[in-house]
Amino acid sequence: MLNLETQIGSLTLKNPIMPASGTFSEELAQVFDLELIGAHVTKTITRQKRSGNPTPRVCEVRGSMLNSIGIPSKGVEAFKTHVIPFYRQYDAPLIVSISADTADEFAWLCEEISVPGVDAVEVNISCPNIEEDGKAFAMRPSTTEAVIRKLRSATDLPLWAKLTPNTGETIDVAKSAEAAGADALVVSNTLLAMAIDITTRRPKLGNLMGGLSGPAFKPIALRMAYQCAKSVTIPVIGCGGISTVEDVVEYLIAGATAVQVGTATFIEPQIMVRMVDQLEAYLNAQGLTDIRQLIGSVEDGEASDGLVFMEAAP
Amino acid sequence: MNSVTAQPSLRFDGIKPIHGDECTIKSNRPVNGEYRLMVLAASSKLLDCEPGQFFHLLCPVTGDLHPYLRRPMSIYGYYPDAGELHFLYKVTGEGTSALATLNPGDTLNVLGPLGRGFDILPRWTNLLLVARGVGLATLAPLALKARRLNRRLTAICSARSEDVLMSLDYFRSLDVDVIAVTDADGTSNVDHLRFIIERLIREDGIDAMYTCGSNRILNLLQAVGKTHDIPGQIALEQQMACGIGMCQCCVRAFTRNGAIVNERVCREGPVFDLQEAIGC
Repeated sequence: MLNLETQIGSLTLKNPIMPASGTFSEELAQVFDLELIGAHVTKTITRQKRSGNPTPRVCEVRGSMLNSIGIPSKGVEAFKTHVIPFYRQYDAPLIVSISADTADEFAWLCEEISVPGVDAVEVNISCPNIEEDGKAFAMRPSTTEAVIRKLRSATDLPLWAKLTPNTGETIDVAKSAEAAGADALVVSNTLLAMAIDITTRRPKLGNLMGGLSGPAFKPIALRMAYQCAKSVTIPVIGCGGISTVEDVVEYLIAGATAVQVGTATFIEPQIMVRMVDQLEAYLNAQGLTDIRQLIGSVEDGEASDGLVFMEAAP
Repeated sequence: MNSVTAQPSLRFDGIKPIHGDECTIKSNRPVNGEYRLMVLAASSKLLDCEPGQFFHLLCPVTGDLHPYLRRPMSIYGYYPDAGELHFLYKVTGEGTSALATLNPGDTLNVLGPLGRGFDILPRWTNLLLVARGVGLATLAPLALKARRLNRRLTAICSARSEDVLMSLDYFRSLDVDVIAVTDADGTSNVDHLRFIIERLIREDGIDAMYTCGSNRILNLLQAVGKTHDIPGQIALEQQMACGIGMCQCCVRAFTRNGAIVNERVCREGPVFDLQEAIGC
C-alpha cells in the first residue's frame, strides 16, 4: 500500500501536490476533480477591493514567464460570501492566501478570514510593506518576525509564511518566521525580473517589472527550499518552477514536505492530477512505499554549514 | 500530455467541462497571401462549441521557435458531423509561426472550448455582422448558427484589398447577404460604412449587430447602436496566460452603469456587450 499522505503541522494532506496561490480558482473544477489534489490554495486576497496592475500583465521568456498581475481582489467580504462556501463541498483542506500593506491590516485580515471552512492561512509576506520603504516584509528578518508575531496572535489556524527570493537573508528570514510562530514556510514566491521588447524598446510588462516563474526559476527556489529545510524544524512547502513529477521528487528530496505547482497549470491545467498519479508510479518503480522515504533524503554528505547556508554563488 | 486523467466532477450548475486533448492535423495550408487554415480531427466532446468561443493551443516547440504559454485562438469552424475543428490564422509571432510548421498527421494539444460566445436572442431576426480582416474568422461560426436558427444575416466584410477578403464564399454559401468593402476601392471608410448601415436599418431593420476587433468599427457600431437603440456584441482580444480564469492576466476595462469595471476576456468574454466595450 503506497502512502502519499503528508503532514503540515496539524494538517494532513492526502498527497503532497497543491496549487500555488494565484494559479488556482474555482474554474479549474471544469477541468478536473478538485478533490484529487492535496489542498486548495486560493489567490491572495486583500481587505479592500483592488483592481490590479496595468496590462500586459504577463510575458514569456524562454521556457518561463514573468507576471505583474498586482493582486486584483474583490475584497474580503466577497471572498467570504462566494469563495469559501464553494470550497466547503470538498474534503481537501482550504488554504487562504492573504496580503496587506501594513502589519496591523495583515493581522486584521487574518482574524477576519479565520472562519469555518478555512483550514490554514498562507500569508503572502513577499509583497511590499508600505511602512518599511516598500520593501517586502519577508526581505528582512526583523520585519518578518514583527508581522508574523501579529499574525500569530490574530488566528488559531495554521499559519504558512510565503517567503520571497528577493532577499539575501533567506535563512535568517526563515528562522524569524519560525521563531514568531509560523507553522510552515512556503518557499518561495517569484523572483523580480524584467524583459524588454527590442523592437519597440518598451518593457514587456505594463508594470515595468514582474516575477519570474516557471522552469528557469526552479533551481533558485529549490536551493532556498533546501536551505530553509536545513535551518528550521517546521515543514517547508516547496514552490517554484515545478512542471514534472521529477521536479516534485527533487523538492521532496531537498527537504520539502509538500509542493505547490503554479505556472505549469497554465500550460497543462490537469497537471497536478497527473503528478499525483505519476508520483505513485515513481514510488512503485523505485520500490518505495511512502513519500516520507523521500523527504529530506538529499545525500549532501557532510557539507559544512558554510556551504549549506551560502547566500552568494561561490 | 494525453487526454484528461480524471473526469471533472463539476459541481458548477449548468457549466460545461473544459477538455484538453491531442488532435491530429488534417491540413494546415495558406488560403491567401496572409492567412492559413488549419483543420484538426477533433473528438465530439471538443466540438460542443458556441460561436465566438476559443481554444487555447499548445503550440509546438520546434527549431528556433520556443513558444511557452498557450495561445488563444477563436474558432473558425466546428463541425461535429465531420469531427473537425477549424482555425484561420495569420502568422504574426512565435506561436503562430510554430503552428505553421505543423503537417498533416502531426498532433496539437488543444484546450477548450473556452469563454462565452455570441448570443442570438429569440427576438433578434435581422442580424448585421461587420468585421475586418481576421475578425471575420471569429464571426464565421455565427453565420452558420444564424442560418441554423433561420435568421436573416447581412455581413459587411472589410479588408485592405479584394485578395485578402476572407470568408466571402463561405458566407454566401450560407445565404448571407454579403457587402464587401476594401481600402483599395475606397469603400471601407467609416462614413461609407455608416451610410450602408443606415440604409440597411431603413430598408430592412436590424435587431442586433456583431463585430470583432477593429476600434474604428467598434466606435461606429456604438454610435449607430445608440442612435437607433440596437443592441450588439463584440468579441475582444487580450493577451492570455491560463485561458481559464485563474491568472487574471487578460483583463480589459468596460463601462458599466457609469463606472469602469475590469473583466477577464477569457472568462466573462471574449464576447461582450457592444456598448460596454472600450477600444484600445
